[in-house]
Amino acid sequence: MTEEIIIAGFGGQGVLSMGKIMAYSAMMQDMEVSWMPAYGPEMRGGTANVTVIISSERISSPIVKHFDTAIILNQQSLDKFEHAVKPGGVLIYDGNGITRHPERKDISIYRIDAAEEAGRTNMSKVFNMMVMGGFIKVRPLIKLENVLRGLKKSLPERYHSLIPLNEKALIRGEELIKEVHIV
Amino acid sequence: MERELRLMKGNEAVAEAAIRAGVDGYFGYPITPQSEILEYLMEANPYERTGMVVLQAESEVAAINMVYGGAGCGKKVMTSSSSPGISLKQEGISYIAGAELPCLIVNVARGGPGLGTIQPAQADYFQSVKGGGHGDYHLIVLAPASVQEMADFVELGFELAFKYRNPALILSDGAIGQMMEKVYLNPQKPRSSESPDWATTGKGSREDRNIITSLDLDPDGQEQFNHKLIEKYAEIEKNEVRYEEFHCDDAEYLLVAYGTSARVCQKSVQIAREHGIKLGLLRPVTLFPFPKKRIAEISSRVKGILSVEMSSGQMVEDVQLAVNGRVPVMHFGRMGGIVTTPDEVVEQVKILFLGGK
Repeated sequence: MTEEIIIAGFGGQGVLSMGKIMAYSAMMQDMEVSWMPAYGPEMRGGTANVTVIISSERISSPIVKHFDTAIILNQQSLDKFEHAVKPGGVLIYDGNGITRHPERKDISIYRIDAAEEAGRTNMSKVFNMMVMGGFIKVRPLIKLENVLRGLKKSLPERYHSLIPLNEKALIRGEELIKEVHIV
Repeated sequence: MERELRLMKGNEAVAEAAIRAGVDGYFGYPITPQSEILEYLMEANPYERTGMVVLQAESEVAAINMVYGGAGCGKKVMTSSSSPGISLKQEGISYIAGAELPCLIVNVARGGPGLGTIQPAQADYFQSVKGGGHGDYHLIVLAPASVQEMADFVELGFELAFKYRNPALILSDGAIGQMMEKVYLNPQKPRSSESPDWATTGKGSREDRNIITSLDLDPDGQEQFNHKLIEKYAEIEKNEVRYEEFHCDDAEYLLVAYGTSARVCQKSVQIAREHGIKLGLLRPVTLFPFPKKRIAEISSRVKGILSVEMSSGQMVEDVQLAVNGRVPVMHFGRMGGIVTTPDEVVEQVKILFLGGK
């Protein structure tokens, strides 16, 4: 089993940390992981993305062009990565600020309005975990309990008091995600 | 003691491995994409843990000369930088090689020439393996292809540097420096309290003072010293060649790639084999000494060799020298901070060796 995932959005949305928690969580399940960020000017220019690979085998290239799953958090990233999803793959996107929605018919598309929900419920800090909740619902590769273990590993101890809030966000995300189109 | 499992960036792994290897001193200056090495070391409080000194120097030139001083005292000292910063250090590196001192230098390379780009590249191959600074010398060059090797090669680099009294270089790149992978870290080793007998630690009970210098104004003396270096490099070439093979046994075509490119090429081999092309990969782990014997052996039973590097073609020259015209040796690589994709490599194999099919 190998899952090649891209997470892309604005800097500040928690894209890189979502990827890191995903990698930690998979590591808790004894899987091989790699986390490869776009670094430097791309981040400063306002967009951030990270490639996370989770595999039961040794990972060859940490850099790939096509993805099994794309998690997309803004229009720019949707424009850039919709066509990078492998046929039969999964695209998850947040509808916030999206004017041109995904159009492909050969991939499964899910929408999660996590930004709106996080704003409404005062959970903006854990917006990324809401999206993560949606991801583990539709791609159940990582167990919720392992995400929580991953969070514990990746967050500095002074933030451990926020873990219950993260858990709430993960569960809310699982409820929130909707099918748009399934192949 | 068991090794500790962590998820770390390549840069962080170098830093933590350095503390755990009992390194005495790190001297550096920030530059993307390797700044996490210095940042991690500053935050990890190595002085409290082992007494290791970590210092942000006023410049790269200062940093390498601090390494020169520390190495002259027989200490385990290191520095790190990225391509433009490594260029600045070359004078000091030449002096250290000329003074026959051990030290570790880490280059988390980026695209060039000049300030170039901060994205990953492998365009510093010539600089790393053919000297880099002035004069006749070689570094021992290790090329990690994973975060695990970033950690492991710190210890290996120092081991070889002290064994041969020669600077060792870890030639990495921005991709391996910035990415996170699982890494098993060795338990903490104490810093050594003993110094080698050549170290300048004061005359003490010695009959003569130890002198560290790279200067000999007598041409005969200097030439003799050059011969001594040549012998040392020959010894290193005899003992320290390291490489990894991936599906080479039945390969009809061979990729040669190191570091990040080798990771990409592993996937290319898988893709090619799914399409019935018998592709193999030889990954040099040491770039000096270069696995030229092994490449020559394999070249006698393959139809073509493709050297894949994120450069305009540097290592390909060493592959050509090893193959000596027996089979075609071609180069493929992206530049400017662009990482070659696995599919592109397979495409090139088809175009160059299989008439495009």
